[in-house]
Parts: sequence; C-alpha cells; structure tokens
Amino acid sequence: MAVSTSPIDLSAALVLEPVAALDWLVILPVAWCICIGAVLMMIRQRGGLQPLIAIAALCVLVALDAGLLWHVSQDGPATMVMGRWLPPFGIAFTVDLTGALFALTAAVVALIGAIAAIDDINTSGRRYGFYPFLMLLMAGVSGAFLTGDIFNLYVWFEVLLISSFGLLVLGSEREQIDGAVKYGFLNLVATTLFLITTGYLYGVFGTLNMADIARKAASLQDTAPLVTLTALYVLAFAMKAAAFPVNFWLPASYHTPRIVVSALFAGLLTKVGIYALIRVSVMLFPFAREQLSLVIAIVAALTMLTGALGALAQTDTRRLLGYLVISGIGAMLAGIAIGGAGGIGGAVFYALHSMLVMTALYLASGLAARLGGGFSLATAGGLYRDHLLFTTLSLMLFFSVSGLPPFSGFWPKVMLVKAALDNGAGWLAGALLFTGFLTMIATGRVFLLAYWRPAPEGRATPQEALPVKALLPLLVLTVLSVLIGLLPETLLGLVQNAALTLNEPSAYLKSVFPAGSMP
Amino acid sequence: MEPVFAVLTGIFLTIAVYLLLSKFIIRMLLGVAILGNAVNLLIFTSGRIMREVPPVIGAGLDVPAGPTANPLPQALILTAIVISFSFFAFLLVLSWRAYSSLATDNTDAMRVAEPVDAQLPPLGY
Repeated sequence: MAVSTSPIDLSAALVLEPVAALDWLVILPVAWCICIGAVLMMIRQRGGLQPLIAIAALCVLVALDAGLLWHVSQDGPATMVMGRWLPPFGIAFTVDLTGALFALTAAVVALIGAIAAIDDINTSGRRYGFYPFLMLLMAGVSGAFLTGDIFNLYVWFEVLLISSFGLLVLGSEREQIDGAVKYGFLNLVATTLFLITTGYLYGVFGTLNMADIARKAASLQDTAPLVTLTALYVLAFAMKAAAFPVNFWLPASYHTPRIVVSALFAGLLTKVGIYALIRVSVMLFPFAREQLSLVIAIVAALTMLTGALGALAQTDTRRLLGYLVISGIGAMLAGIAIGGAGGIGGAVFYALHSMLVMTALYLASGLAARLGGGFSLATAGGLYRDHLLFTTLSLMLFFSVSGLPPFSGFWPKVMLVKAALDNGAGWLAGALLFTGFLTMIATGRVFLLAYWRPAPEGRATPQEALPVKALLPLLVLTVLSVLIGLLPETLLGLVQNAALTLNEPSAYLKSVFPAGSMP
Repeated sequence: MEPVFAVLTGIFLTIAVYLLLSKFIIRMLLGVAILGNAVNLLIFTSGRIMREVPPVIGAGLDVPAGPTANPLPQALILTAIVISFSFFAFLLVLSWRAYSSLATDNTDAMRVAEPVDAQLPPLGY
C-alpha cells in the first residue's frame, strides 16, 4: 500500500520533544510494580525467594515515590502522556503533591506489610500468591494516586480490587469466604456506580482527562447537571471509603483474612476512596462540593460517631479496629465538607496519618493475639508484665489514633477542628473532639483488658520474648508516628501546598496543557 | 435514537437493582451480570449514537471528511466488558465456594464472620 506523502503536521496531535528524564518517575512506580508482580507470579513455587525479591522491590518503590515527591515539590505537578499524544487525547498521568504524598505513604505501608508477612504468611500462603498479589495491589494503588484520567482511575480501582480479592481469600477459611462474599458484591456495586457516573460525565464533557474536565467545569456549571454527577461520585467513593451508611461491608470482612492482609487493607484501600473523592469533589467540581457540603458534613459526623460507638461494642480486637478505620474516614470526610486549605489539608494529613497508624494497630493486634492468647478481649491479658517494649509501642499507637499529642494523630485533628471553627461549623468540631474521646475510651479499654490485666488463671503464659524481626515493622511505624508528631513542620508545609494546588489547580492544568497548547 | 437506548438502559438498571436486592446469591449474580450490560449500554449511549459512518479516514486525507461515529466509547466498553466479565467469573466461583462450605446461599444465614451471639466486651475485671 502506498504511504501517503502529504506532509502531516504531527505537532497538532503528538508531543514531539522527548520526555524529560525526571518525568519518567511519573509512570515508573506503576510499571515497576506490574513487572515485579509478573516475575513473582512466575516463581510462585519458590517460597523462600519471594519475600526477598518483594521487599527489595518495595524498597525501590519507596525510593521512586520519594524521588517523585521531591521532583513534584521542587518543580510543581509533572505530566506524562501515554503514546505521546497531545492532551486531552491519550491517557495522561499527572502527579501533584497530593498524589505523590499518598503514593509515598502507601509504598511505606506496603514495605512494612511485606516485612511483617515474613512471619505471618506461611509457605502455602506464599505459594497461593501473597507477594504477587501485594505487588499488583500496589500497582493499582499507585496507579490510582498518579493517574490524571478519570476512566484510567476506574481501571486502577479494578486492578486493586481484584488483587484485594485474592489477598482476602488467602487460606480459604469459612469466615473468609463469608466476608469475601459481602466485600466482593458491595465493592463491585460501588465501582460500577463509579463507572456509571463516568459514563454520564463523558456524555456531558466529551473528555475524560481530569485537567480538561476541571477547565471546562467552570463554564458548564449553569447548563450541565454537575451537582448530580458529583453526588453520584460522592456516593460511589463513600462506599469505597466505607462512610456511613454504606460501610457495612468493612466490619463484615476486614477481620477475616490474615492479620497482615487486614493491616494492608486498613492502610491502603479505604484511603484510595478518600483520595478519589478529594480529587473529584475538590479539584474537578468545587462548586458542586460547596452545594453538597452540608450533606457530606452530616455523613462525616455520623461516620465518625457510629465508627467510634461501634468500636466500643466490640470484643474482637480486629473488629474493633475495623470500626476505628471507619471513624477515621469520618474525620477525613469532615475535612472535605469544610473545604478550603485548612479542611482539605487536614483531610490529606489525617489520611496519611491513618494509613501508617491503622496498619500499625492491626499488626499490634496480631502480635498481641500471638502473645496473649487470641483476639478476644474476654480472654486476653498479661501482656504488660512480660512484654514491656511491645506494650509501650501499643500504648503510643492508641494515643496516636485517639489524636493526643505528641503523636501524628494530633496535628491533623488540630487542623480540622480549627478549620471547622473558622467556618462556623462548631457542631462538626464538637463531633471531631467527641469522637477522639470515644476512641480513647475504646482503645483504653483494650489496653486495660489485654495489656494491664493479669493473665487469666491457669493459662500457660508464653515466656518467650518477641524476636526483633517480629517487632521491627511495629517499631518503624511507631517511630514514624512520633516523628510526624514531634516535627510536623515539613509535612504541614507539604500538605498545605497540596491543598492549595487542589483548590486552585492552575499549576495542575499548566502541567497538562503547557502554554500555547491549549486546544 | 438516544431516548430509546436511555429507556432501555433504565429498564436494565431497574432489573439489575431488583435482583441485587435479593437475599439469594444466585439472583444477585444474575443482577451483577445484567448490571454490567446496563453500564456498557449507558456508556455507548453517552457517546452519542451515529449509524453507518465508521471512523475511518479516507486515502489522501488527514482528517475525516464529515462527522463519524465516536470510537472512544467502544474502547471504554471493551475495557469495561473485560473487567465486568472477570469480576463475574470471580464472584461465580466465590459464590459456589460459599455455597459448598457454608451450606447456604441465603445471605441472611451467612453469619460465620459476624456471629449472631457475639458477646459484649467485659466491663471490668
């Protein structure tokens, strides 16, 4: 066939200059995770080798995400378009501070989870594919945090969801099957609702690029049903993030898998929902967010309070922690409802804190069950006398999740309460503080019964001290929480800049559409 | 043409929601299958329907001569079909496994993970 000889102006459709070396960092975390996941899948039978490769790969992932965060904080949002198509054509990966912060924290959580899994996941669990699933889960999570295309966001949601199914049923116990049925169906409905809304959004805007949507939304707010779109997105992401009243899949399933899997889920999955909600409601449809802010605020207050009250009623420590995850989601929603630099910054900060601390708490409950005889508060006891360091770490985490200084939970709560009071939402500030109080009671009771109380009569108390490698993941996360609590300035600055970029996304738009290429 | 498809999508979604509200997993699975198709139809309709003008650029041209059918929704649907099919397959296997190990497909009776008689935590010691 004869090739057309007419001169074609490629610059109308393609980015002609090669991608800058640093901008490759935008796509590398996702590509890296998928490649390593594939390699691990191929050597599924080599149970001894898998953790080594996975931990090394996750160390690289942390370095990549740290490099990305440094790049974004120095040079502003970075964009890379697949196939070098000129935006809005082609799938754009765009990273701003919010995405980079979430991605880095997620990578740290995954690394800690992989280390903790050496102890917790046995040979058959490894053969079943724990590490490949973990890498693919991280591919989905990183992709969701880094993408700049809303349909692509949906695809990454599905990638992380299908990997989480694999992790959830690892072991195939009856409880796990039961929990997985509820988790599976309800999350499927949530992602389908996300897809439905994206279909409507495409019908209205004719584009799926987030920067393009943000640009067009301002001029369409009088003629297009943007509030309806946003309300549907809020419902879909609230379901993913486990906000009241669509949160009942979480306490039904999060306590059933291996404890490392629970810890990873608590750190990663619901936060992706919160991230997507922030991205869509704050950056894409700010006007609709203002109209819906009262609804989101009521949902936030109910989520916080029902979460904390649910935690008070649980005997199983893992289910108790599941309700604390929900309660934390309520605090982040409160930040989204308040809006502004303070509210959004507080929500982002709270999400980062919650990723680290909830993972640590699940790991601690696993260790406590190993040392003190089970997850039930009715029978636990005697940890304080035999395991002083472990008890100290746990108590610090309990304070951190309740929002007491000098731990990482304190600063985001201060930001949120201040933002609520500044916006005249005193009742929301009250709900935040009362939730902290209820959380303190719930975790304080865990400390009293499982740690302080002497071991029940007749139970053979295991005298062996915890090996350092079992305590190491918990130690690292607790140290991180204390460091964030004591030296919050750097992170506070980053989080406030992230919130500013979200509220005023001109830098984000400029990264996708450099001057002169505005279509 | 679009209104007809919009109504059809609505009927599909109604049936899917009705089936998903059932207590029995087998009906919920049918609901999931129909829900996937309803969404595909919805995306297809959102991309506006135009018949018999394939998006092919003729020889010697840089751009299509006139308006053509929108190819993007078809790419989106292709992705969505693959994903919804894999989900359906997973949920089918999971449901069969749940039925064989829990001996019920009634979600009201599936209380292994959340026991009915869960006790409250002790008030003191």
